[in-house]
Amino acid sequence: LASLSSLPAFASLTDDAIATLTGGADLGEGAITLTAPEIAENGNTVPIEFDAPGAAEVTLFADGNPVPSVATFKFGPLSGSRSASTRIRLAGTQNVVAIAKMEDGSFQMAKANVKVTIGGCGG
Amino acid sequence: MASGVKPRVKVPKKASVGETITIKTLISHKMESGQRKDDDGNIIPRSIINRFTADFNGQNVVDVTLEPAISTNPYFQFEAVVPESGEFKFTWYDDDGSVYDTSKKITVG
Repeated sequence: LASLSSLPAFASLTDDAIATLTGGADLGEGAITLTAPEIAENGNTVPIEFDAPGAAEVTLFADGNPVPSVATFKFGPLSGSRSASTRIRLAGTQNVVAIAKMEDGSFQMAKANVKVTIGGCGG
Repeated sequence: MASGVKPRVKVPKKASVGETITIKTLISHKMESGQRKDDDGNIIPRSIINRFTADFNGQNVVDVTLEPAISTNPYFQFEAVVPESGEFKFTWYDDDGSVYDTSKKITVG
C-alpha cells in the first residue's frame, strides 16, 4: 500500500473515479475479496479475480494506469455468484481496487498491490 | 470490423435443475488501448470491445463494461444458474459498431 503515496497524481485520479461512483459514500471492507498475483512478470495480462456475495455491481480500477477504470460487472437474475475472473493490463507496479455496490446500496472495497516487472500499456 | 475476431465459450452440456455452472469465455481481439504510438510517434486510435453480455433464455447473467485496461483477447470466467433447459447467448460489442455473438445449448434433467 506504500505505493499509494508514491503515486499521488494517479491515486487521486482513482479516488476521483471512486467518489464519482459512490457519490462519496463510506466504503466498507470485508464483504469483497480481490485476488491478484503479488508479482506479475508481464503487465499485459494480469489475472484478477473477485468475489463479492450480495453485490449488484463490481467496478475494478488500476490506480497506476493512464486511465484508472478497468471494467464494471453488473450481475443479472441468473448470475450464479457475484464473482468473476478476467485478465487486465497494468502499466507498472500499483494497486488494483475493486468497489462493490451491494444490493442494499452500500459500498465495499478491496485492494491488492501488484508488482509489475514489464509494464503493459505500451506508452 | 476488426479482423480475426473469434469468440470461444465453454459451457457444460448438461446440468441439474437450479445448478450453478461455471462459464468461460474468450474472444480474440487486439484491444488497441489508444495509449500506444506507432513508429512515427502518432497515437494508434483506440479500438476495443467495450461491452460483453451473457444471457440465458432472455434473462441476464452478467453485463460487463470493458475499458482499454482489459487485456488483448478478453477473457471472462463467471457463474450462472440454470433453471431449465435452454440456450446461453453471449454478445460482444466492438468500438467500431460490430457485434459478435455465439450461443450454447444446455440440457437440464
